[in-house]
Amino acid sequence: MALLEVRGLSAGYGRARVLFDVELELGAGEVVMLTGRNGAGKSTTLKAIMGLIAREGDLRFGATPLGRLEAFEIARLGLGYVPEDRRIFTALTVAENLQVGRRAPRPGLPAWDEARVFALFAPLAAMKERPGARMSGGEQKMLAIARTLMGNPRAVLLDEPSEGLAPLVVRQMAAALAELKRAGVSVLVCEQNAQFAARLADRAYVIERGTVRPA
Amino acid sequence: MSGSALLLQFLNGLAGANSLFLVAAGLSLIFGVSRIVNFAHGSLYMLGMYVAVWLAPATGFWAAVLLAALIVAATGALVEIGVLRRLYQAPELLQLLATFALVLIVRDFALWAWGPQDMLGPRAPGFGDAVFIAGAAFPRYDLLLIALGPLVFVLLHALLTRTRWGTLVRAATEDREMAAALGVNQRWLFTGIFGLGALLAGAGGALAVPREPASLAVDLAAISDAFVVVVVGGLGSVPGAFLAALVIGEVKAFCIGYGYSEITLAVEFIVMAVVLVLRPWGLLGKPLPAPRGAAAVEPPLGRIDRKAALALACLAALLAGLPLAGDEYTLVLATDILVFALFAVSLHFIMGPGGLASFGHAAYLGLGAYGAALLLLRAHAPTEAALALAPLLALGGAALCGWFAVRLAGVYLAMLTLAFAQIVWSIAFQWDSVTGGSNGLIGVWPAPWLASKSAYYYLALLVCGIGIALLWRALGAPLGYTLRAGRDAPLRADAIGIDVRRVQWIGFAIAGTFAGIAGALYAFSKGSISPETLSVPRSVDALVMVLLGGVQTLTGPAWGAVLFVWLQDELAREVEYWRAAIGAVVLALVLVFPRGLAGYLKERFAR
Amino acid sequence: MTALVVQGLTKSYGGVQALRGVSFSVSTGELVAIIGPNGAGKTTCFNLLNGQLAPDAGDITLDGRSLVGRAPRDIWRLGVGRTFQITATFGSMSVRENVQMALVSRERRLYAPFAAFPRLYAAEADALLERVGMLEQAARPCALLAYGDLKRVELAIALANRPRLLLMDEPTAGMASEERGALIALARALAKTDGIAVLFTEHDMEIVFGHADRVLVLHAGELIAVGAPEVVRVDARVQELYLGAP
Repeated sequence: MALLEVRGLSAGYGRARVLFDVELELGAGEVVMLTGRNGAGKSTTLKAIMGLIAREGDLRFGATPLGRLEAFEIARLGLGYVPEDRRIFTALTVAENLQVGRRAPRPGLPAWDEARVFALFAPLAAMKERPGARMSGGEQKMLAIARTLMGNPRAVLLDEPSEGLAPLVVRQMAAALAELKRAGVSVLVCEQNAQFAARLADRAYVIERGTVRPA
Repeated sequence: MSGSALLLQFLNGLAGANSLFLVAAGLSLIFGVSRIVNFAHGSLYMLGMYVAVWLAPATGFWAAVLLAALIVAATGALVEIGVLRRLYQAPELLQLLATFALVLIVRDFALWAWGPQDMLGPRAPGFGDAVFIAGAAFPRYDLLLIALGPLVFVLLHALLTRTRWGTLVRAATEDREMAAALGVNQRWLFTGIFGLGALLAGAGGALAVPREPASLAVDLAAISDAFVVVVVGGLGSVPGAFLAALVIGEVKAFCIGYGYSEITLAVEFIVMAVVLVLRPWGLLGKPLPAPRGAAAVEPPLGRIDRKAALALACLAALLAGLPLAGDEYTLVLATDILVFALFAVSLHFIMGPGGLASFGHAAYLGLGAYGAALLLLRAHAPTEAALALAPLLALGGAALCGWFAVRLAGVYLAMLTLAFAQIVWSIAFQWDSVTGGSNGLIGVWPAPWLASKSAYYYLALLVCGIGIALLWRALGAPLGYTLRAGRDAPLRADAIGIDVRRVQWIGFAIAGTFAGIAGALYAFSKGSISPETLSVPRSVDALVMVLLGGVQTLTGPAWGAVLFVWLQDELAREVEYWRAAIGAVVLALVLVFPRGLAGYLKERFAR
Repeated sequence: MTALVVQGLTKSYGGVQALRGVSFSVSTGELVAIIGPNGAGKTTCFNLLNGQLAPDAGDITLDGRSLVGRAPRDIWRLGVGRTFQITATFGSMSVRENVQMALVSRERRLYAPFAAFPRLYAAEADALLERVGMLEQAARPCALLAYGDLKRVELAIALANRPRLLLMDEPTAGMASEERGALIALARALAKTDGIAVLFTEHDMEIVFGHADRVLVLHAGELIAVGAPEVVRVDARVQELYLGAP
């Protein structure tokens, strides 16, 4: 049975429809890529799953239907979310950002703590006390992922991890993603840069004009 | 002023800044996390004062301060759980109204529990005497307060920066949605922050007891001061509140020190207005992020078709016949209803189609009323001239306040208009030689030909009828549509050649002028005028009338006024604590119909 | 005939160069698409053209008159119409009233306190609605329209001032696929018959390569390619940075 199951998902902003009947699933330990041109509805799909925008459809995480849950309840079930625009708390330091994401470890999954995320994203270790506002885009991106990992998620929705990053950082990001996969975290990753995630992904979907098909 | 006197005034300002900071910091924290402006925050401060004065004889001063702060904190947390938690998704206006209903309830509770007399509290043991600074006596207790303000600031700062809870609060203040996506349960965070904010307000009130007596007017004075402080400092910023409290505390101290206590509020207002224009988000605040998601779409405004016009003409004819059937009491009540119908329709003009919800509309009613009374009593103008010219004073006030108001939106607008109204009120209240101070002006009787209740009723019917008709007509004309265009989609309006601020300013001035007409009529119908006419509760009455009738309907607000004035008349005769009763009704309406009564009915019948 | 000339347009905020030295022109009756990844500067460019932002450097002229330093409402009076990425219509008014609002503004009667609005320029509004195929729905409140129809109403509003230049920010975003082609075809027809210069941003490449006369490609604030669709489509840099390998 899939860990995350999405059936007939429709969503939009106000009366602008963005998603029409999206169907996808994510198995335990799987890395699945969602590709498509910008404006196609990738980010909207992730936000809709996370309960951050109004949506309709049948959504399940494990055995739990997500339809009526609030975002914080969905997060507590073990579904992490890393937004495209990072949304670091800019007034908070790196360590404080991590603290916001911290949750109790989940049985059967390796527990993430500061030391472990710093091992994954080495540059962050050197700037524990730096406020989010004074970090580069790439550093913020790492922090956004690290912050979500602190919640010990079973699955992560990862929106455009490589967007706007220098090639070197993209490589670091790819290594981090591989490490996540080894740790048994399921990942649904949106990516425009198909080369980036293709090597890691077990499967891929293509989203076009608000509908999804397997690649 | 000598050097030592200057120093003393400066210290005085620092001492006053303490309670300003405690109230404003709580207000600011609550707003930062929940995006709710808690009108009842001044009431919590007042409650802190009363509870401390009440407990002190039994427990001693310091225990009373501590207990008062804790009791108020518990009250704040309960209010959050019982009332505000249900309103986080409701329109801003209803949130503000709900917290204002709490103001009414708390005030009547204090009246019931402790009576109408001011209550002097004890002095703080060990701090009752004076110390000599530069050769002048200065209360020792005030020195304590001067030290306490920074201490609380440091503690609060530590709480927010050194604890996980504080980190979550700051995270939620910056981006609520992202915090939720990381699993932060906002409910308990909100309850906690309300409790903390209430704790600070209660402590501020209790600590102010040795300096000033507990009185029923403290709540609105405290909240309008706190509004000025948070707007100057920046909503949501605790350091901003600290800085602004010092600035405002000093402004107050020096105005009073130089013998201009009457203009204290006016100077505060000028400081606030200047800051708002130069830095719209305050000295240390950050611009509020635009609300995520699509904006609410307002329904179309009704139109008066032939049938409705005929019905209204019949109603007018019926009303014209009232003096033949009714007794004097009925005629006076009917005159009141007419005056307040015009008042409500004038507020609706700018609030519904204009989208600017003024929390100080009674200022213009009061300016019209005082204008008429002053013209009659001081300038010895004839009744007709007084009635005709008085609204110009309201026009001036509305043009002044409106110039700032159209540059703001939402809670900032509410706070600015409320603060402006509070200033007009305090001028009327304090300028004894001109306005008669708290007693007001008496002997405002009309010319002999209008002296009878029925003659005056006809005048009110004529003037209010024409006034309402003109306002409704304007809403069906380009002016009204342009107002709606600016409200519905400001970007689009700008992109088709509409100067949104300008049309809103015109609308604000028109609304104020017609409120002034209602005020002038009101003064002559009562024969006297008091500061109560332009008090903040009166402004809120008008909001309730409009909301009762439906903000987005054309004729609704007039019916809302009829219902409200009648209900108030009944309640005031039957119920001792009728303000609290009105507060309870408003609270019930807001909780049961969080989308507004009219919105509920519309939804109901649309199905 | 050249209508819009943009020269050396530069804008930065928060230390980020959103646009650097962008120059291009649009001719009467021409349909020009701006494409590029998110953050390339498309919306900034639009906001500069319609006066919501002021450029740091560069000039924008329409029929020889500079638009720089003017407010959006004044730029509109000079003949620039705009539709928004997320539709912006007056939700509390009917479709007809939305168009009437623009006509009343054109005639400078915005503050008239007594004239009966519903009768003002109603016939002209209906004529405009007929051109965009919305006459049947003229009396419906805008709040009840389907999204694609709202886009048409925006078009009618933009046409009310007989624009020389029409800016359309992602005109087909949020629409179902079958409506998209129809809308852009309509804009194209209007541009040709009325001699309007049309500039639009778009993510849907079928729309861009199927309907635009010319395509501008922005990347990181710079114009990296300009030309006919078939030329831009095979441009090596455009493929590398935006379109991906065919």
